[in-house]
Formats: sequence, C-alpha cells, structure tokens
Amino acid sequence: MKIRLENICKYYGKVKANDKISFTIEPNSIHGILGENGAGKSTLMKILAGFTPKTSGKIFINGQMVNYNTPTKALELGIGMLYQDPQDFAGLTVLENFLLGLKTSWKIKEYEYTVKLTNLCQQLGFKLQPEAYLKDLTVGERQQLEIVRLLALGVEVLILDEPSTGISTQQKQILFTALKRLAKQGKSILLVSHKLEDITELCDQVTVLSNGQVTGEFMAPLDTEQLLECMFGQKLKQIINSGSIFPQPKNKSTPLVQVRDICSDHGRIRLKNCSLSIYPGEIIGIAGLENSGQELFLRILAGLVRPQKGTITINGKNLTEKNNRTFLQNHIHFIPTNRLEEGLFADLTLLEHYLLVFQQSFWLKSKSAYKLCLQKIEDLKIKGLPNTPAKALSGGNQQRLLLSLLPRQAKLLILEHPTRGLDVESALWVWQYLQKCYGLKASIVFSSPELDEIFQVAHKVIVFYNGQILLSKKISDTTPEEVGNAIAGKVEHA
Amino acid sequence: MLKSYYSLINKWLIALVCVVAVTSILLLFAHTPPLTTYKLLLKGSLSSRAKLARVFQVWVPLMLCSCGLLFTFSMKLWNIGIEGQVMLGAIGATASLMWISPHFAPWMCLILSLGIAFILGALWGFGSGLLKTSGGVNEIFGGLGLNFVAQGLILWLIFGPWKRPGIASMSGTKPFDVSLWLPHIHRFPVLGMLLALIIFILTAILLSSTRQGLKFKALGINPKAGKLYGLSPTANTLIAMTLAGGCAGLCGFFQVTGVYHRLIPAISSNYGYLSLLVVMLANYKWWPIPFISFFFACLNVGSIQLPLILKIDSSLSGVIQGICVLVFIWVKQLSVFERADDT
Repeated sequence: MKIRLENICKYYGKVKANDKISFTIEPNSIHGILGENGAGKSTLMKILAGFTPKTSGKIFINGQMVNYNTPTKALELGIGMLYQDPQDFAGLTVLENFLLGLKTSWKIKEYEYTVKLTNLCQQLGFKLQPEAYLKDLTVGERQQLEIVRLLALGVEVLILDEPSTGISTQQKQILFTALKRLAKQGKSILLVSHKLEDITELCDQVTVLSNGQVTGEFMAPLDTEQLLECMFGQKLKQIINSGSIFPQPKNKSTPLVQVRDICSDHGRIRLKNCSLSIYPGEIIGIAGLENSGQELFLRILAGLVRPQKGTITINGKNLTEKNNRTFLQNHIHFIPTNRLEEGLFADLTLLEHYLLVFQQSFWLKSKSAYKLCLQKIEDLKIKGLPNTPAKALSGGNQQRLLLSLLPRQAKLLILEHPTRGLDVESALWVWQYLQKCYGLKASIVFSSPELDEIFQVAHKVIVFYNGQILLSKKISDTTPEEVGNAIAGKVEHA
Repeated sequence: MLKSYYSLINKWLIALVCVVAVTSILLLFAHTPPLTTYKLLLKGSLSSRAKLARVFQVWVPLMLCSCGLLFTFSMKLWNIGIEGQVMLGAIGATASLMWISPHFAPWMCLILSLGIAFILGALWGFGSGLLKTSGGVNEIFGGLGLNFVAQGLILWLIFGPWKRPGIASMSGTKPFDVSLWLPHIHRFPVLGMLLALIIFILTAILLSSTRQGLKFKALGINPKAGKLYGLSPTANTLIAMTLAGGCAGLCGFFQVTGVYHRLIPAISSNYGYLSLLVVMLANYKWWPIPFISFFFACLNVGSIQLPLILKIDSSLSGVIQGICVLVFIWVKQLSVFERADDT
C-alpha cells in the first residue's frame, strides 16, 4: 500500500505539533521517522493511526484520498499501530488475547485459531506458546503477539513506536528480521525512533522531523552525520556555551554523593551500571530522550526506588538500603516533573502545605504558618492566597510552591525537568531563584530535554541512552554537537 | 458568596424533594399511603420521651462508628471491616465483664471493659490495615473477611464456652447483673451519650487542628507526594485503621453494657454499615455527623412499629437511608452545581 501525506498540520492552541508535513510511504519498504523529543513524531503517528484528528492536510492511500478519525476506521483501511506500551490483557492467555481483537463467530473454534496463530508466528520466526499467560511474557514477546494480531486483522501498513525500547538484544534481532521479512512480503513498515542505530540498520528510507517540520529525507545507505545534522540542525549551533549561571564550585573536594554501578530493572526501563559523583555546589544536567533511564535514575538517587545492584553513599555514609526518609534526613530533596500528580496535594491549600512540611509539632500552629505562608507567597511571587488549593494554581505557580517547600538546609536537590511547561521568563526565574538560595550551598542534579537549558545552567552534563550513561563531561570540555550525538546513541571514541 | 449559599440551599432542596419523591413512589407501589407512613415515622421516634430515649440508644453507636470512619475516610480507605471491629469490641467487653466482675467494684469493671473493648476493636482494625500494607489486600476485602471471622467467633462463643448454663441459644449469653449495666437516666443512655460526645469532640479536634489529621488528609489526597516529604503512607494507614477500630470497639462496648447487657449474635445491629452511609451523607466532614446520626436513628426507631400498623416491613428505614445517600451523591455530582461552586 502506498500512502501519501500532504501538508499534515496539527495545532494545539498556538503550538504547532505538526506543521505542513508531506512525504510518501512506499510499499515493500521500511520507512523511518527520526526526531528528538517533541519533534512531532508521536503526533504524526497518532494522526495516521486514527487516534488524533488532524487540523488540516490530506492523506492518500493508493492515490485515493481518505478521511478517518478512529483507530477502527484506520484498521479497516489496513493501518495498524504497535504502541510503546502493549495494549493487551495481562490476565489472559496468548490465544485469548489473539482472539479478542479478531472478528470471530460467537462460538469460537479454538483449534482453528491456534493453527492460525502458530502459522503466523512461524512465518515471522516468533516462538509464542498459545496457552501461556501474558503476565509471564516479556515485553518483547507481547510485542510479537501484538504484531501477529495486527497482521491477522489484515494490516498492510504497520506503525511501530520505539519498538526496541526495553527489549533484549536477542528479541530485537528477531523483531528486525521479522520486519524485514514483512517488508519483502509487500507490507509497509513505519518505524518511529530516536535511535540512530535502529534506523540505519533497518530503514530503506528516512524522514527526519524537527520542531514539527520535515527537515530531511534520505534513502539507504544512510549517513549518520547527515541524519544528526538534520535532527538537531540549527538548534545545536544556536546554543552558546557561555558557562553556567551558577558559580563554579571550589576545586575538587570530596564528593557529596557517590553513586556506583547502579543496576535496576523497572518495567521497560533498565539501568545498567550507572555511576556518578556529585561534588558540593556542583550543578549536573542530565540529557537524554524520554525513557532512556534518567527518570528512574533520579528516583533512585532520591531514595524513592531501591536499586537492584550498586551503592549510594552520601558523605561517606552508605544509604543504599535505606528508605527515602533517611535520604531526606541527609538533606536530599526531589521535585518530580508531574507536579500535581507526584509533588503536591491537589486539594490542600497553600497554608496546609506549609503546615504539613514545616511544622513537626502535634498541634497545628496556624498563626505562625500563616505568617510563613504570606512570606513565601511574597518571596516567590506565588499568585495565590493562603487558602487557595494547589490545583487552582497555574503550572508556573505550582512549581514556585514546590520550590518554596524545599528547606534552606538542602544539600542535594534532584529536579526532574524543573521548567516543564514554563514560559521563558518563568524558567529563567526558577534558575535565578535556585542560584540565589542554593548557589554553592547545595548541589543540583536536574534532567531536561532542552540542551540549551543544560548548557546555560549546568557545570557538568551526563547523557542517558538506553539505560546507560553514555557521556559524562564538564560543560567546558564538550560541545552541543557532541551531546546531541550522544543523545541519539552515537559517541566518538577518542 | 450569596450565590454559593443559594446553590447550597438549592442542592439540599433538590436532594430532599428527590428523596421524598422516590420513597413515596416506592410506598405507593406497596399500596401504602406515604403521608401516613411519614407521620408514623415521626410519631414513632419523637412523640414521647421513651421513644426519644430509644433514638439516642441508636444515636450513640452510630456516632461512635462514624467518628472511627472519619479517620479512615480521610485517608480514602474503605473500612468495611468496621462491623467486625464492633463485634470484637463487644467480645472484649463481655469477656472482661465476665472474668473480672467477681473481683472488682462494678464501676471499675465497666471502665476496664471499655478499655479492653477499645483495644480489641483497634487490633481488629490494625489487622485489616496490616493485610493491606504488608500483603496488598484491599481493605475492603480484608475487612469483609475479618467481619466473617468476627461473626463466627461470636457464634462460637455463644454456643460454646460462653453458653448459658444448661442451654445454648441465639438469645445470647447469660445477662449480666444489673450493677454492670451502663446506668440510664429516665431511660436515656446518658453515659453512652457522653462517651459519644467526647469521642466526637476528640475526633473533630484531631482531624481539624493536629498534624496527624492533616497527615491523614494529605496522604488521602496523594500518597506519592507524601513520601517526598517523609510521610509514611504505610504507618498512617495503620494508625487510621487502628483508631477506627478502637472507636468501633467502643460501640461494641456500648451495645453490650448499655443496650443488650449480654453478648448476642447480632450485637453490631449493622450499625457499622449504617455508619458508612452516615459519613457518606455527611460528605466525609465531621460537623454534620451528630445530626445525620440523629436523623438515621429516628428513622430506625420510627420504623419499628410500621409492620404492626401499616403491615409494611420495618426495613423501610433502610430503604430511605439508602435512597438519601444515593440521591445525595447524585446531586453532589450534578455538574450545574459544580460550576456554581467554583465561582
């Protein structure tokens, strides 16, 4: 099936997630869509799979214009999507899951479908036991089942979203062989990824997106330099390596926190031997694409998740097996990026937040907390009143509230994308506030998808890729290009 | 401000009209004149001092259980196990009275038995809390299971070790000596009412002006965020369940010493379940609890003579109580009012 996209646009308010995207997907081929976080890949795929309606633009299938806006309609047209998280029923068997998506008669002839399932599996080189329960399967196997199910539904165009995340190398090879086989059979495969190696290994043709626009189209053989240039392009060149707004920490003292060989297996994300030393007053920026492991790493660092292997020492004290209260007692504080879901109490007022965090006495002393609350509201310019519930605050003000809940004596602040959803001015304010209150007094480890933010703020940058720390360098010793390459999984070995 | 009061009144008016309408329709279906029924309900509960005294005998256990449930509901826990906790309190009260009454003055026995009832109820609550925090058993299932265990325990005691000399029957254990009855004044359970008031005031204070109350509230809203500030969802779940169990235990104590003066199989009278409705109708706030408890107690007592006069079952009170709660929840969710509240 040949699919042609013409001027696809998707606007969310002022944000242009997709801006006039046009390209053609040929049959018998594997077509890659490459781009960093927020480039517009996912939105485009959701439009194609019928999950999100497009703002404007046209889709042609074999030359005929089609209009659809539900996944069911897309499936009828032969377009199926494999999601990053398998959409299946863990409590059922492989066969039952296989049957659920199909149109069967009310009386199911189990044998017939077992044969069908086994045949399809054999063709693709998958080894799935029909009677096995899904909860006992690996993510890779569940993915295989999903592919088989989609094929049984008659899908001609298969969209895969980051399929190699969280599966073993072996399973990746099985998957890639199967995909190549399917392409040969005449199917069109659309592979969405931010991993250069996957794209270069598989794809016959690649479309690179950046900022919602197509910035390049390439045919195999692919040149990684060119791809990277297209992916980050002008962006990296615009970043000025002007040095951190935070004062440089004093020369090498002993590290405040030492993380050694952390390994952790948490669903799709696996951390492998991650080590990091944090010196007093040091600001460390973590770069990496979504789900590369940084989210889990930050939570381990905060004591919220226990690693399976490795040690964490703080000022020489081993805290590996301790819970997060001990981490708090050692002045380590974490601010998650999902403010309302993980960091604040939606229905509690500002006053109640301060009462809860800053008072330890049995009786609540509302008067003194009220004073403190007014003080904080003024200091941090929070647009709210003491009796405003947290959920009524805007994103920026929620962030200010979270910051105001950090104690002055904090030694290590762990901030997960602290400026998410903030406009430039608010983002700048956040960093200035942190610098004013904690400059040289505390270390900060933060993650951010914005490289320019990391280059403006951090002393040191580390890059996560596939659960590993791929790069760890002082900002002064690296370039935006080098970091950009590492984010996509490419490091030059000096 | 005026607007929000207006919408509040509106809300209650709609709720009231709905409750009356639905109940009346049901009564008409049963070929019973609604007006007469309502009159009887009112007369049956408030027309004489003796009847009012009976209302308060129901009010006390409802208050005690509802106070306990306020703790668990503020943590967003569904303490269905409150019934079992009442039963364990009753067992504790009975056991202590049986064993120590020969050795101590009656008033000392009563105080001690109150303590034991509280502790046993609290332990039962702690148990279902522990099932949740250590075994991941939802408090609803754990509580329900423990209710059956408690009921079994009571039946075994009544028909086994504690049976009346010579006979074992559903009418329960041998009644206690009058000296061990919780004293009444003009049939009013004054001491029980005092106990309920004290517990209510303590509950209100704990929930509204102590750090513990705020912790319950915060963790009920977002246990994940609680961890960030060093609050333990596990510990506080256990504390809330234990406190709820303790209050329920006191209810069991009152049922034994103030109402039945012995242990009977239906010692809890389903007041635990009924209290769940009370607290829901109170919208999980403490201040309406005494009034709603009173209202529910009136319905319970007033419906007792319905079968005699109108030949309809006294379970009508339960039907009305259920309808109240359902209508209230429904009205609360009406989007029209949501918007009015925000302004």
